[in-house]
Amino acid sequence: MSNTDSRHSAGNHADVFAALGDTTRLGLIAKLCDGESRSIVQLAHNFPLTRQAITKHLCVLEMAGIVRRDRIGRESHYAYVAEPIAEASFYLNQVSEQWDDALSRLKSFVEV
Amino acid sequence: MQDRIEKSVDLNAPIARVWRALTDHEEFGEWFRVRLDGPFVVGDISTGRITYPGYEHLVWRAEVKAMEPERLFSYTWHPGAVDETFDYSSEPATLVEFTLEATDSGTHLVIVESGFASLPESRYAEALRLNDSGWTAQIENIQSHVEY
Repeated sequence: MSNTDSRHSAGNHADVFAALGDTTRLGLIAKLCDGESRSIVQLAHNFPLTRQAITKHLCVLEMAGIVRRDRIGRESHYAYVAEPIAEASFYLNQVSEQWDDALSRLKSFVEV
Repeated sequence: MQDRIEKSVDLNAPIARVWRALTDHEEFGEWFRVRLDGPFVVGDISTGRITYPGYEHLVWRAEVKAMEPERLFSYTWHPGAVDETFDYSSEPATLVEFTLEATDSGTHLVIVESGFASLPESRYAEALRLNDSGWTAQIENIQSHVEY
């Protein structure tokens, strides 16, 4: 996790949420979330986009810490990093539960 | 994943009743579990102390943004501001909006809390850490209160 954290120099999760707001990038995450690392050629397969466009999207994901890039020979390989999305969704779930509890108290309060 | 939380509930109570439960500071405090120092005033900082069992050491601090009678009540605050020694005021806040609508059976209430994407990363890590200390106990407290 510390590896991922060091990339968050902006100090917030705006980049994670922004990175997730694009169907191509969600598609790339879907391909990578089985945990295996893949080359750009493998990732670009089935996408109606150029390799350059895919590379740009991967760069956004890498900046957000959602994927890790490893160089294997002259090729870049990308792998999914779970922590940024897991942390953000855990936090939101927690806040969400607190609102559920507060709302149920409000309900019993006004429906007396 | 969106950077907002949205909840809605149908309440079997007239809109005027729900509006009072939301905006009368004493009534708000009853169900939200906070003892507020004074009434909500648009543009003012609302202060108080949390009365939630186990969290009484925490301070409540919110800035009231809008009070449109029986329609909209909103404030900004720092969610998860649990370190009483730390000044959160310089950090980005989230916006909480209560929107009301009259229905045949009472009131439809929508709560939206937005702006989570700009929260500092430490807030997320803190939530993870806190979860280890007593969150389960908290849920039990709520259940016994609601079912009482």
